[in-house]
Amino acid sequence: MRLELRGQVSERMVYCSPVFAVIMTFLTGMLIFSFLGVNPTQAIITFFVEPVSSIDGVAELCVKATPLVLIAIGLSFCFRANIWNIGAEGQLTIGALAGGGLGLLFFNSSSQFLMPGMLIFGILGGMVWAGIPAFLKIKFGTNEILTSLMLTYIALLILSYLIHGPWKDPEGQNFPESRLFPEAGLLPIILDETRLHLGWIITLICVPVAWILMTYHLIGFQIRVMGMAPMASNFAGFRGKNIIWISFLISGGLAGLAGTIEVSGPIGQIIPVISPGYGFTAIIVAFLGRLHPIGCLLSGLLMALTYLGGDNAQIELNLPNAVTGVFQGMLLFFLLASDVLVRYRIQIIGYKNKHRNVE
Amino acid sequence: MIFKRLILGVFLITGMLFNAADGSAAEKKAKVGFVYVGPIGDHGWSYQHNAGRLAIARTFSDKVKTTYVESVPYGADATRVITKLARSGHDLIFTTSFGYMNPTLKIAKRFPKVKFEHATGYKRSKNLATYSGRFYEGRHVVGLIAGKMTKSNILGYVASFPIPEVIRGINSTIIAARSVNPKIKIKVVWVSTWFDPGKEADAAKALIAQGADVILQHTDSPAPLQQAQKNKVWAVGQASDMVNFGPKAQLTAIIDDWNAYYINRTKAMLDGTWSSQDTWGGFKSGMVKMAPYNKAIPSDVVAMAEKAKDGIIAGTVHPFTGPIKDQSGKIVIPAGKMADDGMLLGMNFYVEGVDGTIPK
Repeated sequence: MRLELRGQVSERMVYCSPVFAVIMTFLTGMLIFSFLGVNPTQAIITFFVEPVSSIDGVAELCVKATPLVLIAIGLSFCFRANIWNIGAEGQLTIGALAGGGLGLLFFNSSSQFLMPGMLIFGILGGMVWAGIPAFLKIKFGTNEILTSLMLTYIALLILSYLIHGPWKDPEGQNFPESRLFPEAGLLPIILDETRLHLGWIITLICVPVAWILMTYHLIGFQIRVMGMAPMASNFAGFRGKNIIWISFLISGGLAGLAGTIEVSGPIGQIIPVISPGYGFTAIIVAFLGRLHPIGCLLSGLLMALTYLGGDNAQIELNLPNAVTGVFQGMLLFFLLASDVLVRYRIQIIGYKNKHRNVE
Repeated sequence: MIFKRLILGVFLITGMLFNAADGSAAEKKAKVGFVYVGPIGDHGWSYQHNAGRLAIARTFSDKVKTTYVESVPYGADATRVITKLARSGHDLIFTTSFGYMNPTLKIAKRFPKVKFEHATGYKRSKNLATYSGRFYEGRHVVGLIAGKMTKSNILGYVASFPIPEVIRGINSTIIAARSVNPKIKIKVVWVSTWFDPGKEADAAKALIAQGADVILQHTDSPAPLQQAQKNKVWAVGQASDMVNFGPKAQLTAIIDDWNAYYINRTKAMLDGTWSSQDTWGGFKSGMVKMAPYNKAIPSDVVAMAEKAKDGIIAGTVHPFTGPIKDQSGKIVIPAGKMADDGMLLGMNFYVEGVDGTIPK
């Protein structure tokens, strides 16, 4: 048996494979649940329906999806250009520090300019951190996978330094947390009685903007050409350096924005762990969303739902937290598997087939 | 038309769910919820809190339903999970890690009828109580034993976050160890996590490589103990009796026993006598216990350890009794004086004998 490249990859199947992966995840999930002695239908409802069966649940879903979607959209630009920015987690952290730092600097302020200022600082912070691997790649040809990933750890150590040192809450009994941001430094809640904040609206605005940029703007075209055919991109006279800069800055800026939104939205202060790995999970989200902004929105919501479902399954069914990880892992596994089958066909090699190949 | 049907469908499903919720409410069981920072299988901190939850379930099996959510990260997720518990009809919610402090406080304000208890924090409100254990009492006993058992005069300490709770434990250990052997030094490695067996094991290896022959830990997995067993040095279990993970290496373990506290507080909630308070229990209240001592410890050392424990219970021994010097040699607790709780709770300096500085 071997895999053989299909001559023509069906465009439709490329977009169908995530749907197929989701269905397979559901079915396998039901199988696992029944092995665990849980009624599979009830388990699926507890996992995927119940968390979003109230307004509050939907709001929570959007809150959780916000950073995932934002980062995934940014990463799509990089990945489309065949640039492997693995360091979104670090860019998120520096963005959160830049934006949050402004909030801490003006902790007495009630200015309405504080919040926009924080968001802009957050974007700039993420851009600076993403600019480093871009610069190194252009100047020295370094591998951006390594540099961007390693910068993540540096970013986390900077966070740790600040939170244990200069930014520690002076009234906090030496606990490693910053002050709480002033009211003017918090994202306004857009739905009463929930945690749904302005960040979600910002995300929803980013989706069509990114779509237009990617599909109809010259930048998007250049990025796609460079990713698919670097030689053609050169012949066309596209400047590879510019594309590296642009895609890194877009993804860094969005990751930084996500970081600031996270600290000034649901968290409200700077704490030692700002993100439970959104920068890495967003890589899955980006691929599940076919590197397309609308796809990223949908897959971000789905990924967020697996977290909410995991909480709910623990509370209602006493299932272990690992269930969340199992679902996310299955989702990725089935997606990769169906992608392989979209691009390759399985050949059973017998005598006849061998013969045919020779022809 | 389709839209209308969809709306109807959503309402029907929601209705079913609410009916289900009503059904369980008909049994009129009170609900007690727990939020854990690690997995319940960490065999340390979260494991012991979960043991407390099971104790509630056993004691009030006909009156109380307990639930838990494990491995809940600090930050936005903590707020979501605690809110979810408050919303889903829990009467009493225990949030069992320091980082849940601000989220718990925020949510307690939003749900004034739900009772909250936060472990190891210092912010309270009308419906938010705090509780913790005086683990430094256990560290004192451990320090005495370690002081007698070390040959290299170097103790290794795998530490999590430089908060007063952890620094207090390091200080308590070294003060006790130096009281029996003034040459002892303690080396500390910070791993910036409560639970990460890989990192904890690496830290233990590094300490052993630096000559430490007793490994102490303020993280939640048995990994440091397992490293000690592998390298044939001593270690002390954390939070629960971890003897199965290092039967030769474990000198003893400091056990957190929350069972009695959780049962009392649940009872108070059921009786309607619950009120917000701060509890800081040690050996005397049974919240802190010592695991059985390793047979390899000489009997006079065991006797000394037991005597110290009895002294602490009787109030004649205090782990922080002056004169105690900080690293620069300045006296911070004068001779004959004892540290008060305020000083203990905000402890932010190393005492003499600790190697290195507190991460800033």
